[in-house]
Amino acid sequence: MLAMLNASKAIDRLNRRIGQSVIWLILVAVLVSTFNALIRKFFNLSSNAFLELQWYLFSGVFLLSGAYTLARNGHVRIDVVSGRFGPRGQAWIDVFGLIFFLAPVCVLVLVTSWPVFVSSWESGEVSNNAGGLLLWPARLLVPVGFGLLLLQGVSELIKRIATLKGIVDESLAVKEEPSAEEALAEEIKRMRNNQGAS
Amino acid sequence: MMEFLIANLAPIMFLAMVGFLLVGFPVAFSLGACGIVFGLIGIELNLLSPSLFLALPDRIWGTMSNDTLLAIPFFTFMGLILERSGMAEDLLDTIGQLFGPVRGGLAFAIIFVGAMLAATTGVVAASVISMGLISLPIMMRYGYDNRIASGVIAASGTLAQIIPPSLVLIIMADQLGRSVGDMYTGAFVPAIILTLFYVLFIVGVAILKPQWVPALPKEARTIRESNGDAGLRSLGVLTLLSVGCAVYYARFIAAADTATDELIVVSMCVGLAVAFIIASIDSALKLSLLSNIARKVTFVLIPPLALIFLVLGTIFLGIATPTEGGAMGATGALVMALMRKRLSMKLLKQAMENTTNLTAFVVFILLGARIFSLTFYGVDGHKWVEHLLSDLPGGQLGFLIVVNLLIFGLAFFLDFFELAFIVVPLLAPVAEKLGIDLIWFGVLLGINMQTSFMHPPFGFALFYLRSVAPKQVKTTEIYWGAVPYVIIQCIMVGVVIAFPGLVTDSLKKDVVVDTENVEILIAPEEAPEPVLNYK
Repeated sequence: MLAMLNASKAIDRLNRRIGQSVIWLILVAVLVSTFNALIRKFFNLSSNAFLELQWYLFSGVFLLSGAYTLARNGHVRIDVVSGRFGPRGQAWIDVFGLIFFLAPVCVLVLVTSWPVFVSSWESGEVSNNAGGLLLWPARLLVPVGFGLLLLQGVSELIKRIATLKGIVDESLAVKEEPSAEEALAEEIKRMRNNQGAS
Repeated sequence: MMEFLIANLAPIMFLAMVGFLLVGFPVAFSLGACGIVFGLIGIELNLLSPSLFLALPDRIWGTMSNDTLLAIPFFTFMGLILERSGMAEDLLDTIGQLFGPVRGGLAFAIIFVGAMLAATTGVVAASVISMGLISLPIMMRYGYDNRIASGVIAASGTLAQIIPPSLVLIIMADQLGRSVGDMYTGAFVPAIILTLFYVLFIVGVAILKPQWVPALPKEARTIRESNGDAGLRSLGVLTLLSVGCAVYYARFIAAADTATDELIVVSMCVGLAVAFIIASIDSALKLSLLSNIARKVTFVLIPPLALIFLVLGTIFLGIATPTEGGAMGATGALVMALMRKRLSMKLLKQAMENTTNLTAFVVFILLGARIFSLTFYGVDGHKWVEHLLSDLPGGQLGFLIVVNLLIFGLAFFLDFFELAFIVVPLLAPVAEKLGIDLIWFGVLLGINMQTSFMHPPFGFALFYLRSVAPKQVKTTEIYWGAVPYVIIQCIMVGVVIAFPGLVTDSLKKDVVVDTENVEILIAPEEAPEPVLNYK
C-alpha cells in the first residue's frame, strides 16, 4: 500500500505541475485574440495561423488541466442524493465512479483518438485554411489529456481505498485552500480595513 | 423482454442517465459512461453499428476548434480580474451615497450597480459578494428590512446571467446553433425590462412598506461640498447636459436606420464622453464648477462604461466577434487593474487558475454529453423526445409552457451548465420544428435558468450571500428575500412568451459579425494577404 501511495503522490505531482503550467496559456490566448481583433480592425489584416492558435491554446488549457481539475475535485457533481452520505459513503461512490465511469470514458477516447493522431502525424496533416497550422500537435492533445486523466483516476482510486482502509497519510488530508469566493471576500475586507485606517 | 428493450431503448437510456447522474460522481464522466453502456447494449442488439464510437474523435475535435466556446475562458478571466480591481466597491460607495437619501435608494443603487457589473462581466459570485460585504451592512445599519436587503442583492447579482455578455447566452447560442451576437442582441431589451421590474418592485415596497426601505439621513453622505451642500444641483446640470447630448445624437446625428441596441450603445457613449470631458477639464484646470459628487460620479462611471463599450459596443457595432470582444474585455480589465495598482502576480495566477478550472469542468461536461448524444441519437432518442413534446396540446404555446415548467423544476437540482448541455439540445430540434425562433427560445430559457441561482435553498447567489452576510441576517430571511424575485422572473418569462417581439424585433436590422459567418477566402498567389468576407 505504501508503494501505491507513493505512486499516487508522484501522479499528483505530475498533474499539479502540468495543471499549474497550462494556466499561462489563458493569458497567451487572451493576448493573441486581442491582437487578432486589433490588427483586423486597424490594418485589415488577418492571419489564419493566429486565428487557429487561439483554439489550439484553448484546447491545450482544458485537455491538459482536466486531470488537475479532477485532483482538486473541481468537476461538478450532482450531490442531491450523495450529499447525505458521510465521508465513507463518498469514498465508496468515488471508487465505483472511478472504475466504472471515468476509466471506460478515458479508455474509449484513448483507443479511438490515438489512430487519428497517428494518421495525422504520418500524413503531416495541415489545416485547410491558407497559412494554417500543422494539426498533429492538436490531435495529440486528446490522447495525452485523457491519458493524464486516467492516470489521475488511478491516483484518486488509491487515495480513496486508503481512506476506506483507515490509513492516515498527509497526502489524504483535504487541503483547505480558500475558494475563489472566499479569497475575494477576504480581499474586499482587507481593502475596507485599510481605507478605514488611513 | 428483449423486444421491450429494443423498442424502448431511448426512454430507458434517458431514465438510466438520471440514475447515473444521481450517483454523485462528476457529471462529465457519468454522462459519458451512460453513453458507453448503452452504446454497447445497442451494438449487442444490432441496433447500432459497431463503428459507432469511431465518430468520437470527430466530436471532440469539433469541441476543440469551436470559437464560440473560447469566449467562456475570456469572459471568466475578465470577470476574475475585474472583481479585484476595486471597481465594484467604488461604484457601490458612490452610487449608494447618491441614491441613499431617497426612500429605497440603497436598493435602487444595488440594482443599478448590479446591472452595470452584469454588463461588464458575467460572474454572479463577484457581484453578490461585493454587494453583500459593502452594501448589506450599510442597509442594516440604517434600518432596512433584512429580507428586502438580501433579496435585492441576490437578485441583482444574478442579472449577470441574462445581461450580455453572459456565459449563459454564449452556451445557449452554441447549443442552439445560433450566433452569439444575435443572442446578445435578442437578450438586450428583455434584460432591461427585467431590471426595470426589479426597480418597480422596490418602488412598490417603498410606497406600501416605507419602514422596510428607509431613506438614509443626510449626514450619511460623506461626499459633499466644503459648505455642507450636497452638490446635487451641479450633478443635475451635468446629467441633463450629457443626456441632452445623447438624445440629440440619437435623434439628429445617427443614421435613421440604426438598430435600437446599437443606437443605445453609441448614444450612451456620446453622453458619457461629454460628461467625462467636462469633468476632466474642470478638475485639470481646478475650475471647481462641478461639485464633488458630480465629479466623483462621473469618474466612477467611466471605467465600467468604457469596458461595456469595449466589449458590447464592439460586438454590437460589428467590429469584433463575441470571442474577440471577450479577449479585448479581458485585456482592458488587465490594463485597468494595472493602472489602479491592483494587479499582482498572485492575483493574476489565481485568476488564471480559476479560469482554467472552470473551462475544464465546463468543456468536460460538454465532452461527456457528446458521448451520451452519440448513442442517444443512434437509438433515435431525439425522435422519442420529439414525439413526446410535439404532441402536446396547444402547439407552440403548449410546448413553451411545458418546457419552461420543466426547466424551472429541474433548475432546483441542476445547475445551468448541466441544463444547457443535457436538456437544451433535446429541446432545440422540437422547438425548431414547431416554428419557434431559436433566439427567442434561448433568451426565454436564459431568463428561466436565471432562477436556478436564486431558488432557495440551493441557489448559488443565496449561498454566496450567506457566506458573507453578517450573522444577524437569518438564513430564512435570505430565502424569503429571494422569493419575490423568483416570482418576478416567472412573470418575465410569461411576458417574453406573450411578446416575442421583445427579442426578435431588435434582430432584424443588425449585421453582427460572428465567426460562423466570417469566411476566410484563400487568397490567390499574387495577393499574399487573406481577404475577410462578411456574409
